[in-house]
Amino acid sequence: MRKFWCGFFIFWPIAAVIYSAVSPQFNWWFPGPSVTELGQRIDNLFYLILIIVTAVFVGTQVALGYVLWRASHSQEERSWFTHGSHSLEVIWSVVPSVILLFLALYQMDVWALFRVQSFFPKEALNAPVAEVTARQFEWRIRYPGLDEHGKPKKLQLKPQPDDLYTVNDLHVPIGRPVMINLRSDDVQHSFFLPHLRVKQDAVPGQIIPIWFEPKKQGNFDLTCAELCGWGHYKMRAQLIAEREVEFQAYLQKLRADQNYDGHATPSAVAKKDE
Amino acid sequence: MSASGVALEHGHDHEHAHGAHGHHELSFVKKYVFSTDHKMIGMQFLFTTLLMLMVGGALALGVRWQLAFPWTAMPFFGPMFAEAGGQISPEFYTMLFTMHATVMIFLVIIPVLAGAFGNFLIPLMIGADDMAFPVLNMLSYWFMIPAIACFGLSFYFGGAAAGWTSYPLLSDIRAAAPSSGSAQTYWLLGVTLVGVSSMMGSVNYMTTIINMRAPGMTLFRMPLTIWGMLITAILQAFALPVLTAAGFMLVFDRLDFGGWLEGIHTVFFIPSGLVVNNADPTVGGGQPLLWQHLFWFYSHPAVYIMLLPAMGMVSDMLACMCRKPVFGYKPMVFSMSAIAGLGFIVWGHHMFTSGMNPALGMTFMLSTIMIALPSAVKVFNWIGTIWGGRLQFNTVTLNCAAFISMFIVGGLSGLFMAAVPVDIYFHDTYMIVAHFHYIVFGTTLFGVFGAIQFWYPKMFGRKMDETLGQWHFFLTFVGFNGAFFPMHMLGIAGFPRRYADPYIHPYLEHLMPLNQFITVSAIIMGVAQFFLLYNFGTSWFRGEKVGRNPWGANGLEWFAPSPPGHGNFDVPPVCYRGPYEYSNPNHPDEDHWMQTDPPKGKKKPEGDAGAGHH
Repeated sequence: MRKFWCGFFIFWPIAAVIYSAVSPQFNWWFPGPSVTELGQRIDNLFYLILIIVTAVFVGTQVALGYVLWRASHSQEERSWFTHGSHSLEVIWSVVPSVILLFLALYQMDVWALFRVQSFFPKEALNAPVAEVTARQFEWRIRYPGLDEHGKPKKLQLKPQPDDLYTVNDLHVPIGRPVMINLRSDDVQHSFFLPHLRVKQDAVPGQIIPIWFEPKKQGNFDLTCAELCGWGHYKMRAQLIAEREVEFQAYLQKLRADQNYDGHATPSAVAKKDE
Repeated sequence: MSASGVALEHGHDHEHAHGAHGHHELSFVKKYVFSTDHKMIGMQFLFTTLLMLMVGGALALGVRWQLAFPWTAMPFFGPMFAEAGGQISPEFYTMLFTMHATVMIFLVIIPVLAGAFGNFLIPLMIGADDMAFPVLNMLSYWFMIPAIACFGLSFYFGGAAAGWTSYPLLSDIRAAAPSSGSAQTYWLLGVTLVGVSSMMGSVNYMTTIINMRAPGMTLFRMPLTIWGMLITAILQAFALPVLTAAGFMLVFDRLDFGGWLEGIHTVFFIPSGLVVNNADPTVGGGQPLLWQHLFWFYSHPAVYIMLLPAMGMVSDMLACMCRKPVFGYKPMVFSMSAIAGLGFIVWGHHMFTSGMNPALGMTFMLSTIMIALPSAVKVFNWIGTIWGGRLQFNTVTLNCAAFISMFIVGGLSGLFMAAVPVDIYFHDTYMIVAHFHYIVFGTTLFGVFGAIQFWYPKMFGRKMDETLGQWHFFLTFVGFNGAFFPMHMLGIAGFPRRYADPYIHPYLEHLMPLNQFITVSAIIMGVAQFFLLYNFGTSWFRGEKVGRNPWGANGLEWFAPSPPGHGNFDVPPVCYRGPYEYSNPNHPDEDHWMQTDPPKGKKKPEGDAGAGHH
């Protein structure tokens, strides 16, 4: 039996490592490479930690399996009588603490870039693209109205009469950093863009700015990551990252649709507004 | 205390706790129901928590069924909610995971460590005849019953459905969740009552350990189990009041008193101007993040409350099974203290994405990553304890080895979420679920399974069946890893927690087969627990009868009769050395040297557990 159990405690970590190594083949891994640069830096940090963790995992599990094998096959009449070793304790306190301290300090700048407003790109900070308001169980999106040249005005804190509204479809331009203001109408939600590695809770009573810069066009899932009630899973929405022209055209169309009074053709109304 | 002092004098009349009706003539009710004997209270806790373990497991199976086979009728349990066609509705699903966590945390893990093993072991291991406050001890168990009743009422009123973390405003505003009328309020009362029970235990444990140790039992001769229990009790005493206060704040927010009590309707966590589910706009000026701070100020230390006693017990069991002193006794004590100390300044790592000041995120990241250090030191010391030992693979050893192996996984996966930028992605995904199950189940429960097998002879005077024990271990281990290891991959794939139907999201569609595998593994793990219950029940009558010290262990508890009578020890114990003098060359007759063995004319040998390390 002791052979079986020694093998058992060696087998499972090997199985775990193999399983983890083949997981990307089966798509049990990130939903594709990150579409933002900041997200790629987050992924790099993940892989750095993964390498350290794998080394420690393999090392400690092998050590555990080895001491189990040695102890269960011991030919000695008595166990080795020792209460420990001071130098070993020092070594295995100092070495991990140096690695851990490095890990902690190494993360700081990515965090600052993601979340600390003084590190935000100025162009994004000065002109938020939209306000996203989470509510049970949808995302309401408010773009600022367009000025006489068809350019978006500055997003105001309070809703304005010419604001443009939509639900569950967040269009943003690519190629420049964009910022949105996140709010909640009722309970807590969390704005989660898995492909962009972006997550931020929407807290009732607070307006929280988030910025990201999608590098490529596409439709990306937008989900809720904080329990918000029975319909938590239903808050399915999408982020549509598109070229600047397409984005401007989308806003124009949004305004036209919003101003459509049932008589004129939407495009005519758009023209009249100008 | 005077009553237990009398009991000590007559202790020898009570060698057999079960058949004996000594001249105390305790009535059945006083002996088995409203008992003030720490051993009986410990066993009451143990039976209750084992029962609740099965309840919590059944709730988890509901969650697993929905994730593997969404919107299909659940077999076996389905008829219990036949009006829904045996299907799990989203409301029901939300309630299931909320109550699963609630039952497992508040009614299984915390009480099985502190309540069951703390009660049973503390007086025996330090050589006391009972707890310092026996009646308070009895009350600490009996406060669990109304707590369970409150959770039951919560079920009856539709079940609390705001997650075990109960973040406002979902848990605060009645209109926010359809079933959160009375259910959430009863849930909060239940948590408060569990807190009262824990607090009574905590005060009792601290007093007992500090004041009632046997002669010679210095602090650094205490077994690590006792250190774990002491540190846990201190954690509870300092952290729990915050949760209790927060709970009452939330209750006052929720209650809608009429008449002259109307002023009590508070808005601690409610900001103004919110329209929830088309109800009237809220009036207030509160802050929902306040709850998260208060909640995690308790609940993060609580994670260590759910872990430290198991760490202590495993250290004791490993030393005995390897016939070898614990490697680095004092570093073990210091690292437990460091975990407890740091445990108070890491709560913010649950809130990295919550919108709190980002500068706090950095400090909390630093403290959180550094808490990995004492955990690592402990792992190295456990491996060092086995190193050079003489080991037999029995159920106790296996569970202890699994404890270490699983703790390595749970500890390492914690690094990903301690690192704030990476946690942005992993927060509230299955990565978190995998991580804490490796700690709370993989680590603590394997420790508890080992401890049940190890101390069962002391509880009932019989051993548990070894074959059944190993089968239970094997199936649980395979089921556990099959269920929880793939959850890491779900987390990396961005699979969010608490989704009733994740597959409506395009990027999650392909993960259903993996979830089905997890569910099958979870069912194996659930079935395996019947081996434990069967073994536990039948060994009571059929197990091999054993004497006082079946394992050849050193602790004071093995000096008492098995099972110990009222007052525990027939001869008041005196402690002469540390608890881990296995294979001491100064004691050639046996490979263990009990703490109570007098030095026999020799001068006191070197090598106390505490003194060996400078």
